[in-house]
Amino acid sequence: MATTLSTLAYLVASVLFILALRGLSHPETSRTGNMYGMIGMGIAILATLFKPGMGFGGITLIVAGLAIGGTVGTIVAQRIQMTALPQLVAAFHSLVGMAAVFVAAAAFYAPESFGIGTRGHIHGQSLVEMSLGLAIGAITFSGSVIAFAKLAGKMSGAPITFNGQHWLNLGLGILLLVLVITFVATGNGLLFWLIAILSFALGFLLIIPIGGADMPVVVSMLNSYSGWAAAGIGFTIGNLLLIVTGALVGASGAILSYIMCKGMNRSIINVLLGGFGSEGGTAAAGGGDADRPPVKAGSPEDAAYMMKNAQKIIIVPGYGMAVAQAQQVLREMADLLKKEGAEIKYAIHPVAGRMPGHMNVLLAEANVPYDEVFELEEINPEFADADVAFVIGANDVTNPAAKTDKSSAIYGMPILDVERAKTVFFVKRGMASGYAGVENELFYRPNTMMLFGDAKKVTQEVVQALQR
Amino acid sequence: MNATELATQAQSMAQRALELAEQARRAAEAAAPVAAAAEPFLYLLTIFLLACFVGYHVVWNVTPALHSPLMGVTNAISSVIVVGAILAAGTADTVVARIFGFLAVTLAAVNIFGGFMVTRRMLAMFKKKGG
Repeated sequence: MATTLSTLAYLVASVLFILALRGLSHPETSRTGNMYGMIGMGIAILATLFKPGMGFGGITLIVAGLAIGGTVGTIVAQRIQMTALPQLVAAFHSLVGMAAVFVAAAAFYAPESFGIGTRGHIHGQSLVEMSLGLAIGAITFSGSVIAFAKLAGKMSGAPITFNGQHWLNLGLGILLLVLVITFVATGNGLLFWLIAILSFALGFLLIIPIGGADMPVVVSMLNSYSGWAAAGIGFTIGNLLLIVTGALVGASGAILSYIMCKGMNRSIINVLLGGFGSEGGTAAAGGGDADRPPVKAGSPEDAAYMMKNAQKIIIVPGYGMAVAQAQQVLREMADLLKKEGAEIKYAIHPVAGRMPGHMNVLLAEANVPYDEVFELEEINPEFADADVAFVIGANDVTNPAAKTDKSSAIYGMPILDVERAKTVFFVKRGMASGYAGVENELFYRPNTMMLFGDAKKVTQEVVQALQR
Repeated sequence: MNATELATQAQSMAQRALELAEQARRAAEAAAPVAAAAEPFLYLLTIFLLACFVGYHVVWNVTPALHSPLMGVTNAISSVIVVGAILAAGTADTVVARIFGFLAVTLAAVNIFGGFMVTRRMLAMFKKKGG
């Protein structure tokens, strides 16, 4: 009877989790959705606590763990800056991975508790599932730690590549497979830990060759892995809720990775093999610099004057805005321009920022209403009748070479058609090319004006000029 | 047809229904252990694949503006692995397994609370024009 009840509770929790994801189809329903998710998790935890065999000591231990973890999690979530969100998410993924490793270890040392055999005599099929959960969990952990270090600037965002890297990874992958097969055949404890160590090494090696701007793909992919790890553990211990939730999360991360790859017109394999734009900074395209018209540099006052007289302005934020923390002052600028009678819209490229939807959160934090923010397909037809495109901290995603130059590294990538606007302002620190290492021909167009300087400082100066 | 005949007929039909029910019960009893022992994996796999489809359809409906909160929520719910951790910490018969269970409960709890809280913070910021 108790088992039926807990199974029923797990079913309710699964449905609530699905509703939590369903709510995210619109900002208005999303908050209720998040509430459903919390209730679902509460039900799952309570149902498990009332399972037979739970002693007083066990429950004390569990409550202590929940209290410690819960306090840490709550404090971190409340203190974190929204610009640091990508590294927080990466850090959280690593914890799920590590938890999966620990649960797999617990199942290995106490198989009776999960009904998968007795110690030293675990069912073969359970060993397969266990090693899957363990390996994916361990890869998620170390991969996420590297992603965290790169995103938090604790290690260089540049790709780390060396000769024979892919062969080494392939070799380790095959070795992992051999270890798993031997482990399933023998159920040896030493092999369990060898699988863990090898998987940690693989996760580390798989992420180091991937560069900073490809992080949206990596973060989504690790999100997906954390789901598959949970599903793997779910199969091991025969728990429906873990399987359903793992599948949901795995599918979600996979779709996000796909969207991010499509946003760069690259295959997931291409991203994972890494090394893209390894040097970045030096101009790669064409040697005909001398033939080019000079770049026009303008002052914030010029920009303020032109935007004051504009009817329609589209703002294109990129990672540079996040780095400079310019979102707040950008909104002030937009408010002043609205008072002058201009229509303001924001255009977001799918891969802007360091995680999916990063720019939307930063703009929302700066109190930009979400109905002024548009996705690429929605906004692209509107650039033609915009007076000004104000590009702040974005580069590659506006480069028309992606549409015309077949030799370009970014050829085929969907871009924001800012060049169709009457005037384009580029807020940039210098003339360096973007992450892809491709020079942006837009800088040399007659209707483009460069505003050199830190994104926040330049925008502040525009605001001051507008107030005058 | 008089009332007595009708009653007799009804009685015999009730008798037959009872027999059928008994047969069905025996058949179910005979089949249950087979289904439970031979096909739990297929049963779990079915659920897994169906859940993948549900996830696929639900997530394509998520608006791109909310992709960051989506990562927050999925991160929080993937910590449902805490269920396995609780079972280990609460019911395992070896100290090692209990320690691993406790560690896993703690890590998963960081994610559960952190994930839902940070998502709530994010979602609270998304406002309409004039809202």
